[in-house]
Amino acid sequence: MSIQDIQNDIIEEFAMFDDWEERYQYMIDLGKTLPLIDEQYKTDDYLIKGCQSKVWVHANMENNKVVFTADSDAIITKGVIAILIRVFSNQRPKDIIDANTDFIDKIGLKEHLSPTRANGLVSMIKQLKMYAFAYQTQLN
Amino acid sequence: MFPIKEIRKDFPILSRKVHGKPLVYLDNGATSQTPIQVIDVIVDYYSNYNANIHRGVHNLSQEATDKYEEARHKIQNHFNAKHAHEIIMTSGTTESINLVAHGFASLLDKGDEIMVSALEHHSNIVPWQMLCEKTGAVLKVIHMNDEGELVLTEYSKLLSNKTKLVFVNHISNALGTINPIELIIEKAHQVGAAVLIDGAQACPHVKPDVQALNVDFYVASAHKMCGPTGVGMLYGKEAWLNKLPPYQGGGEMIADVTFEKTTYAGLPHKFEAGTPNICGGIAFGAAIDYLNAIGFDNIAAYEHELLEYATEKLMEIEGLKIYGTSKNKTSVISFNIEGIHPYDIGTILDKLGIAVRTGHHCAQPIMAYFKIPGTVRASFAFYNTKEEVDILVAGVKKAKMMLA
Repeated sequence: MSIQDIQNDIIEEFAMFDDWEERYQYMIDLGKTLPLIDEQYKTDDYLIKGCQSKVWVHANMENNKVVFTADSDAIITKGVIAILIRVFSNQRPKDIIDANTDFIDKIGLKEHLSPTRANGLVSMIKQLKMYAFAYQTQLN
Repeated sequence: MFPIKEIRKDFPILSRKVHGKPLVYLDNGATSQTPIQVIDVIVDYYSNYNANIHRGVHNLSQEATDKYEEARHKIQNHFNAKHAHEIIMTSGTTESINLVAHGFASLLDKGDEIMVSALEHHSNIVPWQMLCEKTGAVLKVIHMNDEGELVLTEYSKLLSNKTKLVFVNHISNALGTINPIELIIEKAHQVGAAVLIDGAQACPHVKPDVQALNVDFYVASAHKMCGPTGVGMLYGKEAWLNKLPPYQGGGEMIADVTFEKTTYAGLPHKFEAGTPNICGGIAFGAAIDYLNAIGFDNIAAYEHELLEYATEKLMEIEGLKIYGTSKNKTSVISFNIEGIHPYDIGTILDKLGIAVRTGHHCAQPIMAYFKIPGTVRASFAFYNTKEEVDILVAGVKKAKMMLA
């Protein structure tokens, strides 16, 4: 599935929720089910420091696609990460570099990507794109 | 009876909604809200007598200067400083601290010691670390115990004739502990050290008397005292302020300037280079008037009642732990719920219209002591109510249910 298709799916899924509570409960549940990052990568080398919550991201390349795993110490942050991983993982580097994150606004989670939140998510997206960029350079 | 209903009417912001719910503002430790009496002064300034001060022959400049200096006198009276020129107007507590740290750079020698407490805000740690790097002085730390109180026996042992400065906050921003500053000042003076007290968190709750305290420097911010942001004050004993060199160069802080030599203006202007926050200073004075009209004894009694009520109600929640359990504390409750990240609780509370602070509260050493990433901090002001405490408690219960 393309990044755009996945984003459209997510927007459709979120449209079913009546209020913020259902939306957040869904994210919290997602956060709980997120496959944890391999313990060996939960170190400072893979840490993105937010003022509030910590985020760890690991990337590797499989069949010319970038596979991301990630984790956070805060569950709502982890829920947002789960959504971002679903969108960006298993995609070709160039597609990741070109993708935008407007869909976050459409599913009512924009506030989580505000720099004032300092939860590490803004830096996480930058990091995902940096990894993609690095792998793209390898492919060239 | 505390006139809470009338008081709440003074604060327009308290009637707004957030995410469709009535705002419950419990982040007063970060900044306080502004009463209409102060807002009116700000509007009046820009509507009627906005002008630069201390430098015009025209009428507007004279009016603005008079009001600004009147505010300085209000601050002087409030803190009971001996002279008005011992009150330096600054952009806030952080600048006040940096001004003193900068000044001491020329007074310290290698091997001299300066002491900070483990309860400090980053703004009261970093300037001294920078000062130590510059001068070769050594930074010593007064540690705290599990209740979040400073260990005074340790403090006494750390003091020596090498100690030149002691910096302690009056009240901890992260935990609300009221520090025994009288004792801390007295002991420091016995070895000839100067003392700076950071009153940023204390001044919304208590009325410090700098002469009775015999403190050398005391600093505060207007925005924690129902005043505007970007303005604060430094009180310094005249003798100390004369000893410190100017902080910044510019207009207003000079007496005579030639290319060979500049002589500096006297106090307080020596430390007030450039055009100050004139409107902010005047509004700071109005905020002090407002607080004094309610009365600090009344404020303290009411806030204590809120604190006790909130502590009792929150403690009923299973798994909730309060950090900072000193008997001497102000209306601040820093807490966590077992197994739940403070950021998650804060996020859910926000959705319910409840504003709290989450995170390390710019006091990472305290969080390191308790081995936690941060806390949820509810800080109450005299315009908060028991009903709002109930909303907070219900909110925390809901967050716990959703997150556990």
